[in-house]
Amino acid sequence: MATTKHALVAMVNDRPGVLNRIASLFRRRGFNIESIAVGHSEVVGISRVTIVVDGMTTQVEQVRKQLEKVIDVIKVLDVTGEATITRELALIKVRTTAANRSEVMQVVDIFRANIVDVSSDSVTIEVTGDGNKVDSLYRLLKGFGVLEIARTGAIAMTRGGSGSLVAGEK
Amino acid sequence: MKMTGAQIVCESLVKEGVEVIFGILGGVLLPLYDTMPQYPQLRHILVRHEQGAAHAAEGYARATGKVGVCMATSGPGAANLVTGIADAYLDSVPIVAITGQVAKPFIGKDAFQEIDITGITLPITKHNYLVLDPGDLAKTIKEAFYLARTGRTGPVLIDLPKDVQIDRADFNYPEDVVLPGYKPTLKGHPAQIKKAVKLVNEAQKPVILAGRGVIISGAYDELKQLAETAQMPVVTTLLGISGFPDSHILSYGWLGMHGMAYANLAINDADLIIAVGMRFDDRATGRVSGFAPNAKIIHIDIDPAEIGKNVRVDVPIVGDVKNVLKALNKTITQAEHIEWLEQLDDWRREHPSTSIRESDSVLPQYVVRKIYEVTGGDAIIVTGVGQNQMWAAQHYWFDKPNSLITSGGLGTMGFELPAALGAKVGCPDRVVWSIAGDGGFQMTIQELGTIAQERASVKIAILNNGFLGMVRQWQELFYEKRYVATPLSCPDFVKVAEAYCIHGLTVRRKEEVVPAIEQAMREPGPFVINFMVEPEENVYPMVPPGASLAEIVEEPKKEVKIWPQRNTP
Repeated sequence: MATTKHALVAMVNDRPGVLNRIASLFRRRGFNIESIAVGHSEVVGISRVTIVVDGMTTQVEQVRKQLEKVIDVIKVLDVTGEATITRELALIKVRTTAANRSEVMQVVDIFRANIVDVSSDSVTIEVTGDGNKVDSLYRLLKGFGVLEIARTGAIAMTRGGSGSLVAGEK
Repeated sequence: MKMTGAQIVCESLVKEGVEVIFGILGGVLLPLYDTMPQYPQLRHILVRHEQGAAHAAEGYARATGKVGVCMATSGPGAANLVTGIADAYLDSVPIVAITGQVAKPFIGKDAFQEIDITGITLPITKHNYLVLDPGDLAKTIKEAFYLARTGRTGPVLIDLPKDVQIDRADFNYPEDVVLPGYKPTLKGHPAQIKKAVKLVNEAQKPVILAGRGVIISGAYDELKQLAETAQMPVVTTLLGISGFPDSHILSYGWLGMHGMAYANLAINDADLIIAVGMRFDDRATGRVSGFAPNAKIIHIDIDPAEIGKNVRVDVPIVGDVKNVLKALNKTITQAEHIEWLEQLDDWRREHPSTSIRESDSVLPQYVVRKIYEVTGGDAIIVTGVGQNQMWAAQHYWFDKPNSLITSGGLGTMGFELPAALGAKVGCPDRVVWSIAGDGGFQMTIQELGTIAQERASVKIAILNNGFLGMVRQWQELFYEKRYVATPLSCPDFVKVAEAYCIHGLTVRRKEEVVPAIEQAMREPGPFVINFMVEPEENVYPMVPPGASLAEIVEEPKKEVKIWPQRNTP
């Protein structure tokens, strides 16, 4: 199913209401957002938004073109299919006992995740990776009893030496 | 030099060449309105409802090609603009709407007459602004007008808190705009143009399908040259009417739900469609899966998001219509499509579509045709929405560029009166006729007050059938004649007009039609004619909802045809 997911990277003006413009566009056109992540970019005043949409339910090229029409959106790239690094971060709080704590830690090691908090009856794990990795770890940990999970949306970047998406735009 | 925000707004509007503002003031706009007399170049027209302000700005913009300006106070005033802004958005009409807003400290507090108008209009504007610093006003207004009139034209809204109008800032009107996220493609890509030329040169049954983009771009000559060089028939959309002269030998009417049968058949049988500045609206295409099944499609439009949105496209060309047609015309080879044009002429003979049956009663089609004859085709026609709109589009022959003003995308009843006012204000030397239905006319009837106050010489023809006619037609055809909520009683429109000091006449008999129209033309001021037309007349031909263009239905009754067809020798 991973092939139907499209990651769109949008460079947008860092102004009040811009996220609303994007979210409103998706709602109005009947597009589905799987995840959205926003943060500063390498250029002051410009934010980078990564939006994941399901290509099975949404015309991705139409989404991209409609996004580009938003005046505060400077550029949109569909990075799907290119050599791309995609990462999500999750914090997972798992119920543990003295008996199974080392087993949990082994699983965490295999996934190269980190334990960021320990208490007498739980551990909190921080994991970074693509969506599949986070899903797999979550499935394994469910067997121990997951108390809480917080996930970010995906962020994406193409591999290799291409420069800033908005260089020379400002 | 420091100026108040209100002065900066007025200075900026003058710099943008604004001549007229349609609006209604209110508490939070008092600083701005109080400043306006310092700028006599800015004519303010007080409308009677803010929806009228937006439609009047649209009528002005559609008739002149310039940016129309409307103004409303916060809260209900701004909310009342919404329908007109949406109408402008769907038909790509360049307007700038300026709304008052409560002072900054009150924003978000549910203050008296506070609404989030930028939030409300977000999906129906090309862009909008809430200005929080008078120092940003000049730049914002510059950007707003630039956005409204460039690229795919459209409405832009600026929300002005009261204190921003009062506070002072330096005024420097910027020379340029800096909008890194906005770079409309104006020139067609040469490789795409090459591909398009190849398709045109190979086509046996080409049809040019021209939309409002031709009018917005002013590409009348370029379109004519393209059609004539390769001898290609031109079909328009409803909003493309008057982009190509109706009397031209290559003109084959307009397509869609109530378009001419021969236009729809031409599209259905074509092997190439050159779509120029149009967006494949569902009322134009009929059932999309059955649209132009044999045709390759070249789609020329300035908005890349329109490409492939509704129909599959073989050769997209993103660019300004005028530029792209010029480029095409440079390389297109002369051609003749004699057999194809003969086929189209046969269809036109077999399916006349715009003939009017003989009748002793006042047929609405007859009224429109007589308005055409008396005005000599010189008028700007501004329609309402529904049957009156379809009859106006079918039975007036549009030879003058940009002479039909109609609400296509949103289909806004009540558009006709304020939009006609705006058109007349923009083109005072043109004859402007508003063709209305009795339903839609009552939706903005209060603008008779504005027309009277401004002595705007708008001629108003009400096709009064006592029904919300188009909906009644659907009830007749698809709901077994159950006329639920479509019969409506009307006031005596002539008495209403007289109450506004506007002259008028009611016409009940066929022989009164022409004298009434002639009298309206003689009157120096506005004039209302209340035509009591055949109550249950239907609009034909018709593509039933869900059907393809080829399944177009002609008028069922066989009657003697007494009126000549367009273009038939």
